[in-house]
Parts: sequence; structure tokens; C-alpha cells
Amino acid sequence: MVMEIVCPAGTPAALRAAVKAGAHTIYCGFNDETNARNFPGLNFDRTEMRSGISFAHEHGAKVLVAINTFPRAGSESIWHHAVADAETCGADAVILADLGLLDHTARNHPGLRRHLSVQAAAANADVINFYAETFGVRRVVLPRVLSVHEISAINAETDVETEVFVFGGLCVMAEGRCSLSSYATGLSPNMNGVCSPASHVEYEEDDGALDARLGGYLIHRVERNAPAPYPTLCKGCFSAGGKTGHLFEDPVSLNAERLIPQLQKAGVTALKIEGRQRSKSYVAQVVRNFRAAVDALDAGRPLPQGMLARLSEGQAMTTGAYKKTWR
Amino acid sequence: MSVPQTQIPQCPVALATALRFVPLVPLSLSLTAFSRRIAKAHPDMFRRLGKHNRALFVLDPTDLPVVLLLKPNNGLPTITVSRQHGDGTARISGPLAALLGLVHGAFDGDALFFSRDLVIQGDTAAALALRNAIDDAELDLAHEVTIVSGPLARSLEQVIAFAERRTGLCLTRPEDSLSW
Repeated sequence: MVMEIVCPAGTPAALRAAVKAGAHTIYCGFNDETNARNFPGLNFDRTEMRSGISFAHEHGAKVLVAINTFPRAGSESIWHHAVADAETCGADAVILADLGLLDHTARNHPGLRRHLSVQAAAANADVINFYAETFGVRRVVLPRVLSVHEISAINAETDVETEVFVFGGLCVMAEGRCSLSSYATGLSPNMNGVCSPASHVEYEEDDGALDARLGGYLIHRVERNAPAPYPTLCKGCFSAGGKTGHLFEDPVSLNAERLIPQLQKAGVTALKIEGRQRSKSYVAQVVRNFRAAVDALDAGRPLPQGMLARLSEGQAMTTGAYKKTWR
Repeated sequence: MSVPQTQIPQCPVALATALRFVPLVPLSLSLTAFSRRIAKAHPDMFRRLGKHNRALFVLDPTDLPVVLLLKPNNGLPTITVSRQHGDGTARISGPLAALLGLVHGAFDGDALFFSRDLVIQGDTAAALALRNAIDDAELDLAHEVTIVSGPLARSLEQVIAFAERRTGLCLTRPEDSLSW
């Protein structure tokens, strides 16, 4: 069976591009704080979501709606409405992280398929089975901290489908629990759907060097012609203890395309591409690449050579935790 | 794993030279009229801009001696061409080929940012909203020009195709066909 390619879409145009490029499934979100990519000019209003889902269904693709931030006390209705509207729009599943929202959805929308977001950081079979037994979760997006061997061990102990990231930006380890953006700006991906919100980012080019500030803090300076990273604290370059470097993580992108056969053997159902903030050009290129890879694997052909490096943050790539080699 | 830089074509020197002498007022008026025609055909673009609809964007093709000052004005845009540096809410700088490639969806904005072919200064949120709004609008500037060219449309299409081949500039929207 061909592994499922799950592709991001930040706009209706990106959704159509993903479908045309061969995505089996597209994930997207409403244009508010209920999804973890609440960026200026991105996402779908209710009308766009309905027509986007119709377009995908007409072409045999599915749409998952990410409602994967954590509801604010007193404002839970915003998240409840999002789940109800996703069902009304015809979503094939919702991607949730918050226990309360999972419970609400299981009780009030039992026919709506539920996936567990990476934001829930479910990293072992016990917790995944708990989500399945308690809230009827059918698929879990695994956090990017697991090796292929660990993913295999999880799949051996659960019937819940597993979806893993294969391309795109990397986060620091405990996803859904990161407070770095909150520390610098007061806004976080967990509560507001924005990591390092653009409204708090400033760039300044001086004699070829590019300075990036987040919430007023200088977080990195790259010299002339050196690749630039995203303006997130986790990718910041800091001086401490007499050394200067990327203390949290290097500004590189995940690319696990060469590991697809191993991920298939490990029992993975779906391969997820990060990047709802990216353009339709990115979406089309990455989807074509990965669709060709899974089709080749299914047909017993060698994997095609990838062409994705120039789309990567810092123009550099890693296989992340899948092949752990800690420094 | 690291990779070589993306190659972005340079704007023809003749165009840059011509823009040193072209009168800017008629050019600005023509571009404003053109942008209003596009605005009429793509109203959703302005909805996506949201609160940034009143921003002033400085679009700076770094290989040309002019900048474009774009005011979206909630669907009634104006474009002023200037030979000054220009100040605005946000400044987006890069080779003309990169800016045209972004408009036509041929390039990814983040990838151009990573490779330093694109520089954003000022209000980053406004610049991001503009980029996302344009990406969703699926513009084709050459098509917008030819549909108002009446009997000259066919010849103009051929001229644009020739210019695109000759310069490497992305003057039309690439085909978006079904792969599967």
C-alpha cells in the first residue's frame, strides 16, 4: 500500500497546488488562533474551507483541519465552533492537541475522525493508546524526537495510525510545551498559533550583514551571502561561556526522504510535510518530490534523487532524530 | 548537508539604463491604472491583507534605479515610481527576477529569504501579509496586460514569451497542471 503524503496548505491556492501535485491529503486551518500557523495573510475563512475541501474531494484527496492550539480559559467556544465548522465544511478529520477539546469533540462530534497533533507530544505507546481508548483518536502525529527504531516499537504496541514528519522546519524537543516565543514576545504557538510572530520581528541589513531581532532581542546576525534562518529563538546564535553558536538547534530543515523505506518498515502510515507558512511553489515542489518517492517505493523502483535542498532553512538539511547522533 | 545558492537572473542592463531617463509621472499613472485593474479582478487579495491594507510598501528591485511605492488602499491601489530610496511601512528588496518570480508563484518567498536573495525591512507582519496575499491571488501580469491589448494581444504574447526566454525573468505564471 502506498504511504500517504500529508501536505500543508496555508491558502486555497496552495491547497489546489498540493492536490494537483499529487498530495493524498492536505492539512490546513481556519484564519484565527485555533491553528498553530496563525500568520498574517494565511489560512482559510469558512467559505474558503468549504470550497477547498470540495475541490480536494473532487480530485480524490482528503482534507484535515488543524485545530491544534490550546483553548484559552473563558474562550473555549472559539475552538468548539472551529470543530463544528470543520465538520460542517466536510473535513475528513480534525487534528487536535488539547485534552478538553478532544473530549468535547468526541462527545459532540462522534462521527468526526480525530487525529492527535504533534503539539500533544505523545511519544510512547501507552499515552497514544490512552488517547485512542479515551477519545477515539485514530491517528497520531509523532513528535520529531523519535528514532526510526523507537517509531517501530510504538507501532508494535498500538493500532493507532502513525504519521511522521519527513520534510520542513524542526522544532525544539517538547513540542506544544515550548515557551521561548512567549518569553520574547508574549505570544506562543501553543496559545496564539504564532511562533515568533512577524509583528515582533525586525530585520536590519548593515553593510551586507543581516541582523534579526525578536521582541527587541538580537537573536542572530548572518554575514554577507551567508544563509539566513527563521527568526526564532531556538535557531538563535548566542554567546555563552566564551563560545558563540546555536545553543538550542542549528538552523537546518528536516529531510527524511532517504529514510522512507525504513519508515514504511517501521509501520508508519503517513508522511507529513511541514510548512503551512510556505508558498504554493514550495508545496508543489515538495509534494511532487515525495509523491514520486512513495510511488517508486510501492512499485519496487529505486527512490528518485531529491531536489529539495534549496527550499530548506539555512539551505542545509538533516535527518533529525530519526538517526540520532547527538553532539 | 549544505547546498549551493539559488541562481537568480539579473535584470537586463538596457532596462535599468532606460529607467534612468523615463519620465516617472506617466509611468506611475500607468502602473496605478494597471494595479487597479488587477485589484478589480482579485478582490480577495485585499481581504487577505487585513489590517495591512493601509500600509505603504516599498518594493525595491535592487538591479533597477527605481523603487515602487505601493499603497493597497483597501482595493484602490496606487503605485508611485521613485528614484529616491523611499520610506514606507515595509521594504521588500531583491533582484527584479526574484520579485517577479514571487508574484507569479515561481519562487518560494522563504527560500529566497534563506538564500538572502530577498531582504525584508520595516514591518515584517505587513510584508508577510502582502507576500501571502499575492501568493494566493495567482497573478499573471502578462495575461493582465494582454487582455487589455485588443487586436495586439497575440503579438504581445509572442513578444513577452521572447523577452522571458531572452532575459530569464519570470513574466508569466508557470503552468499548474495535474501531475496525478
